[in-house]
Amino acid sequence: MRQILAAIVLTALLGGAAAAFEVEKEQVFGPEGGEEIRVISTTDLESIAGVMQGFAEDNPGQRVRYLQASSMELFRAVSEELAEFDLVMSSAMDLQMKLANDGFAASVDPRRNGLPSWAQWRDQLFGVALEPVLTLASRQALGDLPVPRTRRDLIAMLREYPDRFDRRIASYDPQTSGVGYFLISQDSQQSEGFWRLAEVMGRLNARLFCCSGEMIEELRAGQVAVAYNVVASYAARYAPDDPDLVRLALEDYTFAIIRSALVPRNAPNPEGGTALLSYLLSDEAQRVVAAASGVALIPGTGAEPSVHMRPIRLDTGLLVYDDRLRRAGLLAEWNAAMVQP
Amino acid sequence: MKAPGFPGLGAQASLRRRLAVQFILLSALLVLALFLAIRFTSERASRASQDAMLGAAVISVGDGVRAADEGLVFDLPYATFSMLGAMGEERIFYSLSIGSRVITGYEGLPPPPAPPAGLTPVFWGGDYRGSHLRLAAITRQVLLDDAMQEITVVLGQTRYGQAAIARDTARSALWIGLVLLLLAGPLAWWAARMVIRPVDRLAGAVTRRGPHDLRPLRHPAPRELQPFVAALNGFIARLRGALQMAETFIFEAAHRIRTPLSLVRSEAELALAETSDEATRQRLRRMLRAIGESSRSASQILDHAMVVYRSDQFAAAPLDLSQLVQAALRAMQPLAEMRDIELCPDGLDRACPVLGDERMLEAAIRNILDNALKYSDPEGRVTVTLAQRDGRAMLEVLDEGRGLAPGDHDLGGRFRRGSNVGNVVGSGLGLTIVGEVADAHGGEFHLTSRPEKGSCARFSLPLS
Repeated sequence: MRQILAAIVLTALLGGAAAAFEVEKEQVFGPEGGEEIRVISTTDLESIAGVMQGFAEDNPGQRVRYLQASSMELFRAVSEELAEFDLVMSSAMDLQMKLANDGFAASVDPRRNGLPSWAQWRDQLFGVALEPVLTLASRQALGDLPVPRTRRDLIAMLREYPDRFDRRIASYDPQTSGVGYFLISQDSQQSEGFWRLAEVMGRLNARLFCCSGEMIEELRAGQVAVAYNVVASYAARYAPDDPDLVRLALEDYTFAIIRSALVPRNAPNPEGGTALLSYLLSDEAQRVVAAASGVALIPGTGAEPSVHMRPIRLDTGLLVYDDRLRRAGLLAEWNAAMVQP
Repeated sequence: MKAPGFPGLGAQASLRRRLAVQFILLSALLVLALFLAIRFTSERASRASQDAMLGAAVISVGDGVRAADEGLVFDLPYATFSMLGAMGEERIFYSLSIGSRVITGYEGLPPPPAPPAGLTPVFWGGDYRGSHLRLAAITRQVLLDDAMQEITVVLGQTRYGQAAIARDTARSALWIGLVLLLLAGPLAWWAARMVIRPVDRLAGAVTRRGPHDLRPLRHPAPRELQPFVAALNGFIARLRGALQMAETFIFEAAHRIRTPLSLVRSEAELALAETSDEATRQRLRRMLRAIGESSRSASQILDHAMVVYRSDQFAAAPLDLSQLVQAALRAMQPLAEMRDIELCPDGLDRACPVLGDERMLEAAIRNILDNALKYSDPEGRVTVTLAQRDGRAMLEVLDEGRGLAPGDHDLGGRFRRGSNVGNVVGSGLGLTIVGEVADAHGGEFHLTSRPEKGSCARFSLPLS
């Protein structure tokens, strides 16, 4: 316990010492010149490029510089390095909530376009997409096995056929991925059965990834049979019509996390950030986003959520997941499940 | 002098306005007090309920602390945080510390004013990260590393929701207050009118009185005005006393002058009869004329004093005006004959009933006729007409004398005489007496020039 705590503190210190956050991809939308809107986001550049391009076309005077980073890097960049951005967008709800709660978000007034009240917090944090979290399976790898409908089915299947799934289970690594950690915290809160699943996955030497994209690539390459907790929009983008890919919206519960955006308090161009936020909430952008995730955040822009879906609300309750002790305890339990003698 | 702070409310200002302004100011003060009271009460109520919630939350968070084999376990309850933030979407900060060392949560939260002890949370306020927080803390004893250690849990939240509620309540209170104030304006005006009304009534009662009405005021007045009415009545009584004394004095004086005058007159007449020296006779005639004028003035003064005295209060009796005029004409006949003036009565054969005081009317008629005769030329003609028109008795006396000079319209004042009286002697009281009698009887008296020659005296009374 103490060691873990110390390790986290050390990591944080080292991270703080490192001068710059790590940017995975960067792209500029719109012509040179004019005002620049700096966006940092966890959302995959390819999946959002169309929307950004749409904004740039609608606003000829504005240029969008889009930086893609992991949710942890993004949080660090905004809260510790105080890097200047005009819009911060992330799927790690707890970290976004913490940024807003801790006073890093400015109060803005975008056109909300009927955004449900549970998908916004004050006038600072706004949901821009509802993203179901799915389990993906390879049809070929499952073979003749029936498609599991609940976590209980999944556990039973994995236990019964260890040979088929050994080293072929994929999931987020909660140590490196903010979204991954948030998802296991939600899973552990939602069901006691989750730890049994974690143990089974640990026994089968599950492989842990930083991002949904990599999991899907491994799955399509035949290296992985089942990917647990994959954000749906990635699946839609990476394998829109792959007949081998089976999307499991488990019926006991399927989370839907909110990708949210805020305009930082130190934004150099808050009007630009707000304008882009308004555009992200517009029907035009929401239809594109809802088509990718398979469910609409703003009613009327896409499919209604299914009865099994549990959207997670944007409220201060999310702060508890980011607690240092709680995080350490949860990760310790996760590690205990994953690493088995 | 102006009262400080009340513009336009000096001693001369309207009492009604002063009352209304004071009423409105008072209402404004009350509305302000109401507004502050509502704000204070609602703020205290919402603060109390939010403190209760915060207290429950910090207890529930404190209950999540426990020691386990691997060390301290801290289960932050999601539901508690969610509920705490629900009202007004509050920001939430917390910390868990052992002694002064923060184990988890936010560093540098404002410290409690006194260390919490026992099972009851401690509340305080403080600023943190640009927001004002309401904080609560509680302590727990936990067995850690084989020793009891005191753990402090601090939970703080912003009070945006409370502030919003307070703002809403204040706004509602403000609206209520404004409406009350708007209502207070007309109400104040009305109330001030009601307060002032007895004063207005009293003033009206005093104003409506005749010029010689010196009876004490019997008008009902509110208690506050009683001293004023009493003072007024006292003043009236003194005035009446003074007037009475003056009239009595004049009456007495005239009377005392008249008696020796008639003695002097008879002596002069005797002397005139006895002497044959033309110069002495001439002197005696002038003396007799002066004596006549003096005695006439004395009787007019007497008449006037009588009229003034009686017009205050007289018991009107039914009279026949035509008989009075006839009697006066009879009395004037010798004087007219002496100067060869023809008296032409008209309309006296018909009874003319009026209500009035006999002696006053007699004096009035006598003075009208006297005036007409006095200014008539010898061998002239005086027409006396009594008519009844529009419910009024109308006595017209026309002479053929010099009439009135232009500009002499008002000869009713005491001792005022026309500017063209010339050699005719007179006191200037005669027409005053007539006018006062007319006033006392609700009648009218006018003296005008006739277009051709002479003047026309018109005396009218209401018919009974």
